[in-house]
Amino acid sequence: MNTVLAAEDVVKSFGAFTALHGVSFSLERGKTLGVVGESGSGKSTLGRIVMRLLSPDSGRVWLGGEDLLALGRSQLRAARRRIQLVPQDPRNALNPTMTVRQNLYFQLRAQNVPRKTWASTVERLLDQVSLPPDYLHAFPHELSGGQAQRVAISRAIANNPDVLVCDEAVSALDKSVQAQVLNTFADLQASTGVAMFFISHDLAVVEHISDDVLVLNRGRTVESGATRDVLADPQDAYTRDLLTARHLAAPS
Amino acid sequence: MTDTAHRSRKTEVPDGARAGQLPPEVPLVLDATDVSVSFRGTGGRWSTVVDRVGLGFERAQVTVLLGESGSGKTVFARSITGMAPFGARVDGTAIFDDRDLLKISRRSLRTIQGDRIGMVPQDPNSSLDPMRRIGGQIIETLEQHHRVEGRDAAHARMIELLTLVHIHEPERVARCYPHEVSGGMRQRVAIAIAICCEPELIVADEPSSALDASVGVRVVQLLGDLRDRLSTAILFITHDIGIAALIANQPGDRVAVMLSGRIVELGFASQVLHNAHHPYTRALIAAEPSVSVARGHLAVVPDEVRSQRHWSDLIPVEPGHGVARPLDNAEAGVA
Repeated sequence: MNTVLAAEDVVKSFGAFTALHGVSFSLERGKTLGVVGESGSGKSTLGRIVMRLLSPDSGRVWLGGEDLLALGRSQLRAARRRIQLVPQDPRNALNPTMTVRQNLYFQLRAQNVPRKTWASTVERLLDQVSLPPDYLHAFPHELSGGQAQRVAISRAIANNPDVLVCDEAVSALDKSVQAQVLNTFADLQASTGVAMFFISHDLAVVEHISDDVLVLNRGRTVESGATRDVLADPQDAYTRDLLTARHLAAPS
Repeated sequence: MTDTAHRSRKTEVPDGARAGQLPPEVPLVLDATDVSVSFRGTGGRWSTVVDRVGLGFERAQVTVLLGESGSGKTVFARSITGMAPFGARVDGTAIFDDRDLLKISRRSLRTIQGDRIGMVPQDPNSSLDPMRRIGGQIIETLEQHHRVEGRDAAHARMIELLTLVHIHEPERVARCYPHEVSGGMRQRVAIAIAICCEPELIVADEPSSALDASVGVRVVQLLGDLRDRLSTAILFITHDIGIAALIANQPGDRVAVMLSGRIVELGFASQVLHNAHHPYTRALIAAEPSVSVARGHLAVVPDEVRSQRHWSDLIPVEPGHGVARPLDNAEAGVA
């Protein structure tokens, strides 16, 4: 098996509130794990733990076979290059005083990419997310939401990470723009084999993009497995509730 | 189509929804005609955000205004209810009870807004006062509009309203501050305030998009339920086709699709959602993510549709259903 990211029995509390009660999963290369749940279910906390932006109270996290929680400072820096975040709101995540080119250069410098290759790299990156090179001169406020999100994705894939953590990466977008960004994710995955940890409250999106799904409710895994199986025959009342909402709001 | 008819600037479908469905004497709650809204941009040039849009609203009918961010749907809805954003220039008429809401004084508007036209905001956090208990906020609205006499009557009506929006422990919730209840509950409270004066029209601007999917669906169902009970007209703004189908679930309900400030398709919900003619509406429907579409192959709005500047008035394709066609610069009368 080609597992790139895995977690076992992750527990995390904030004061008296337990956000995660022992969650486990594994994600293979080239696959997408959809993490579903409502606000407060712990999905973003889990996303932050697998990037080690937060440390769990107990449990283990492996990134490509390395125990992420045991790494020292410099090893962690190196490990973090292999796991990148695509945020919900790209306008807040891109530096507003820098052009797209400068934003991408900033990332390349942080990743120790040789300076000689920067100019060609940024053009390739934009091409990978279907943006013409003209946009290199644009400032984030000049981009539409979908374009800004694609710039954020190109920044995340700058150094060929193994895993993308997408935290509600398409939720702030209009449906038609969302479709473009979802297509971009699928194309990237097909060409680079990146694995995606895809957090969303939108079951329709997760149904479309994920191979496997993890349904969280109040910090507990209530269901997990292949997306088709879970959604075709949900065992848990909470998953059924989400599915009902999804079907009620389906345009057919 | 005759030349004069072609120049007619009404968006309402000729021989359309109104004429086809109901006898003409059915009064409209609000009749917006030829509404244009523009803003002065940098350099003093006016840019038109809403371009000659007309829509009529009947009692007990849902009209969904469907479009992406920036299409002008919120600006249109605010303008026709007399709440145009600061600095906007609004042309056209919006007739409510024989008065033009675009012309009357602020004082007269205040007797209509919140009283006979209710608003449900997108984000209930910004419409509720964080420093006051929920019950008090509802009572304040009732008293402002002279709907109740005395404290006991006000309290009883407030509890009745909270029950109406399916809040199970109204007495307890009435004593809570907004931050003490969930987002879905806050949105129900906002709806209770919107309906407290039994308005003839409710304007709901993306009332579910700030909420989790299953909570949002219940809020939308609640609005549909209130339409049935109170026979209110509802103008429902959304960018989500699924939500549009959920609220516009009765035969007389309509969907208007807005693109760059124009209505490009208008018809009964079944016509627009199941038999869309306009390429933009079709693309929106096809962009909906689903398992049945291969990854990487979701439909997107074609560039030529998005960049098309001028659209004709609605041309009937079947009774009650009209679609705009693209105009080139010469046809649109632009040099």
